[in-house]
Amino acid sequence: MTTATQARPAFPTAISRPVSPPGLIASSAQVSLRALRKYFRTPGLWAMGVVQSVLFLFSFRYVFGGYIQGGATRYADFFVPGYVATIVLFTGGGIAVAVAEDRVAGFTGRLLSLPVPRLSITAGRAAADILTNAWSIVLTAAFGFLFGFRLSGSVTDGLAALGMCMLYGVVFTVVFMVIGLMAPNAQAAQGMSMIAFVFAFISSTYVPASTMPGWLQPFAKYQPITPMVDAVRSLIAGSGSDVGLALAWSALLVIVFTPIAVLRYRRG
Amino acid sequence: MSSDKQPLMLEARGITVKFGKVTALDGLDLTEPSGQVLAILGPNGAGKTTFVRTVATLQRPTSGELRVRGNDVVRNPTGVRRDIGLAGQFAAVEPTMTGRENLEMTARLFGHGRPEARRAASAVIDQLGLAEVADRRSSTYSGGQRRRLDLGASLVGAPRLLLLDEPTTGLDPVGRREVWDAVRGLAAAGTDILLTTHYLDEADELADHVVVIDHGRTVASGTLSELKASVGRDVIELAVTDSARLDEAGRILERVTGSLPRLDRGGRRATATAAGGASELATVIGYLGSAGIATDEIGLRRPTLDEVFLALTGDHAARTAVTSQNGSTR
Repeated sequence: MTTATQARPAFPTAISRPVSPPGLIASSAQVSLRALRKYFRTPGLWAMGVVQSVLFLFSFRYVFGGYIQGGATRYADFFVPGYVATIVLFTGGGIAVAVAEDRVAGFTGRLLSLPVPRLSITAGRAAADILTNAWSIVLTAAFGFLFGFRLSGSVTDGLAALGMCMLYGVVFTVVFMVIGLMAPNAQAAQGMSMIAFVFAFISSTYVPASTMPGWLQPFAKYQPITPMVDAVRSLIAGSGSDVGLALAWSALLVIVFTPIAVLRYRRG
Repeated sequence: MSSDKQPLMLEARGITVKFGKVTALDGLDLTEPSGQVLAILGPNGAGKTTFVRTVATLQRPTSGELRVRGNDVVRNPTGVRRDIGLAGQFAAVEPTMTGRENLEMTARLFGHGRPEARRAASAVIDQLGLAEVADRRSSTYSGGQRRRLDLGASLVGAPRLLLLDEPTTGLDPVGRREVWDAVRGLAAAGTDILLTTHYLDEADELADHVVVIDHGRTVASGTLSELKASVGRDVIELAVTDSARLDEAGRILERVTGSLPRLDRGGRRATATAAGGASELATVIGYLGSAGIATDEIGLRRPTLDEVFLALTGDHAARTAVTSQNGSTR
């Protein structure tokens, strides 16, 4: 014991004690930075999104697109806005998995044992996921143009539509965080996230809801994704007629899921 | 705050933690002074991890009071969090970040500014012998290196109490030795340490003071030698030459000592605590001779920590502990 003391300087004194606990912004930034590093340093995470977007756009444009007759509207102009608006339903699985992994691997526990404001654990994670979602949305939109999509209205209308997609990125970040926090482990989080596919496909994203069989139409019409997708299309067309309902759905989802996320995170 | 006296490391009064119908901690009482390495020993499911999580403010007690260095875990959790550093069974380090990045991040989360965070990270890297790998992604680390990095992350905020929940579970012998050396270095330099373990040798190696818990309650506490002395009696241990005669030898042990012998068939060994010491040993030798049972080895010795543990927590617990120590699946 004494030899160890003599051989090394008294170690803890080499580190000063922090004067005060970190603030909300500083600690949220650290939590975000770590999540972003993990995302961009794991090719499996960011590259999968790119590959998936290209694959979907390619399939619907060139494989199914030839058969789907969209009347006056070119099919690319119909489905690309829908796909960009719902891309967060596909990237969301990654968020749920990451959140579940953090809890199982003890990272969330470590954070909770530190003197950080509790809110920064949720806020930091959400900020990072909102950014990665924004990245996926911009990337997918760019690929959309490459696969034949053209704006029917002004560039400003197009940007408004993109902004709407970004909002959905925020909304579904919170939703998938909750899925990740509810799941017992990462695999379960992945599985539970598949429910989003039901909402993505049985909606007006790929074909108008009115073309579906009668028994399916009520679900397709009244679930949140259809008005959200319609709002993006209406913004591109310059009318913005469906925006109100989409905003109402967005607000409802955020109001319901945010408190659950904040409270579940506290439990670790 | 202003008192010169070091506050108590821990003061637990009737801590109870319930998860639905399961009671993980059942009125646990504990008072421990600062300036020591404290080992919480207990079989799997005894409540060790729940206790550490409660001390770390991750788990709110259902009832009872717990003060960590004078701060109440429910009323002043931030005060507790500023004093503690937690390293767990799982190395909670980010594999895609380098060791240094992990340490600097945690230092910032303790409240350090950027320059102090850098300094703290460098000091930890030197102290824990991670200089060579510090700028590599921690996904490339060995198990022992990762665990030491995790330990380091709990140190960058200069905690006054380090909480180590099963710090060497799942490590190979080299990794265990590395973590033990690091813990000894920290203790020597004056950090209070609370560690949980179900490895008896780990408590033997590291701890000044041991608390044995079982079924969520404190069943014994003291220094290792006190614990050994409290169980007291010496042990007669013998190894028979012919394994077929082990049961017979066991019956002789039981008849002489009056205590239930433990039989180890693989090692052809039988042990029993002997209140009568040397005279009982002589009697056993006599009986074995007249029964014609040859022994390879027979003698009287102090109880091992395993036997102390067994005596304190009962059969089931000791079997679990001994089995996991050997790493076999039984």
